[in-house]
Amino acid sequence: MPLWLEVLIKSVILLFVVVTSFAYAMLAERKILGWMQLRPGPNRVGPWGLLQPAADAAKLMLKEDLTPETADPLLYKLAPFISLLTAFSVYAIIPFGASASGQTWAIGNVNAGILLILAIGSLGVYGICLGGWASGSKYPLLGSVRSTAQMISYELAMSLSFVGVLILAGTTSLDGIVNAQARWWFVLPQFVGCIIYVITAVAETNRAPFDLVEAETELVAGFHTEYSGLRFGLFFIAEYVNMLTVSCIATLLFFGGWNAPLHLTFIPGVAWFVIKVACFMFFYMWLRATLPRLRYDRLMAFGWKVLLPLATLNLVVTAIVVAYTG
Amino acid sequence: MASRKHLYNPGAILKGLSITFGFMFRKRPTIPYPSRKKQHSPRFHGLHELRRYADGKERCIGCELCSSVCPANAITVIGAENSPDDRRSPGERYAARYEIDELRCIFCGMCEEACPTDAIVLTPRFEMADYRRGSFIYDKDRLLVPPDAGVGMPPDDRPGGIPGDLGRVAEIKSTTDVDSGYSATWRGEILKTQHEGLAILKKPEAEK
Repeated sequence: MPLWLEVLIKSVILLFVVVTSFAYAMLAERKILGWMQLRPGPNRVGPWGLLQPAADAAKLMLKEDLTPETADPLLYKLAPFISLLTAFSVYAIIPFGASASGQTWAIGNVNAGILLILAIGSLGVYGICLGGWASGSKYPLLGSVRSTAQMISYELAMSLSFVGVLILAGTTSLDGIVNAQARWWFVLPQFVGCIIYVITAVAETNRAPFDLVEAETELVAGFHTEYSGLRFGLFFIAEYVNMLTVSCIATLLFFGGWNAPLHLTFIPGVAWFVIKVACFMFFYMWLRATLPRLRYDRLMAFGWKVLLPLATLNLVVTAIVVAYTG
Repeated sequence: MASRKHLYNPGAILKGLSITFGFMFRKRPTIPYPSRKKQHSPRFHGLHELRRYADGKERCIGCELCSSVCPANAITVIGAENSPDDRRSPGERYAARYEIDELRCIFCGMCEEACPTDAIVLTPRFEMADYRRGSFIYDKDRLLVPPDAGVGMPPDDRPGGIPGDLGRVAEIKSTTDVDSGYSATWRGEILKTQHEGLAILKKPEAEK
């Protein structure tokens, strides 16, 4: 099979899988939030509300696509696509299962995979940032300014929490990192790193309790206040796809990727990967149902004064231990 | 800095998480409304009905007390004399026109208190949504119970009410008779009632 065909087939399948999981992640979130608030959640469209995503998509597509008079038309229209593209493109290098006989699950097996993920992930903020700025309206602007500050302060701690894993695994390839966890998952030696990663990942995806970027109590809807219809939908998809991405990364770096726990190898590795990602997704929804939004200055203080020093300490301790034992 | 203490307190966060997790498995009080309807108390103030005597005569005598007592000016009554060959009500007069603007009505129930013959009564029905304002003016055709309606209770004899005084006629034609349950649905529709709702009805009799 020629390379381009293989890439094309994988891309189409991936796109389908990611969009479907987005749709049902959204439904699951609404259901779980409902249950935690003693509501049944969406249950009208289709059996058990299973067709709700289709109804939502139809609604968003039929809505009018508004552009404010004060907006910068080009950037305003481009921003959702930047968000979505960067959110999707990470999946090109995420391995969902063990590669066998030269065949990889990911579209590209990049040897600096983790760096590429960081690079693409940090591009994602441009969508939010430009979208908020180009709206030509004050609340979106405040949202995007917050987004920038939040990204900078939390991405540092996030990257540092990666480095601990990199030191233990001795490789930046995602395949290599997962293979290094065949015996035990990095969540055990890198427990602090894992906690830091989970917290910063919530902040990176702008989810509650770190959803200062949207903060509907203060900023109407933050960066996407002016967006409507399908463009709002794109931002919405990007948010959930980002959630899935950070869940995938957490699974790959700290929870052994496709490695089965307790030698339960009769369940295939891909299934384990999906189960672990689903657990993370549930955790994010659970957090959203539980914690109130942080105040902006507390968010910054927490990022710079707690997470960053902690991540640095974790990195130093890991480095020393590996240097002496490894 | 009590709040900062809590912010960095993982124990508090874990406690919060455990609470929300527990709530996931609690019984949800939601009633899936259009398919199951909440049973209101029989004393609920909903849509009006004009009742009849057991022999099919209208109870309304066109005295206009309801319309004068109505604080929202929602009721219009125009009385007329009964003629010997076409007796609508037992007395001398009957209501030639009887209209209630349900958009003006505040469902206070003063009309049923004022009515000397218990003709106008509020039922527990509440589903009145419509597309046009005009359709909220309920005229006699829609308010008057059909002659073949079931047997209802005088308003004061409903559970939890003050017992009716002497001289009231016990048998009344009403679309909300107690035996089939005070239904929130329109007559003719299948009664999808809730057990909890019916329990409210049954309770006062059990206490007796």
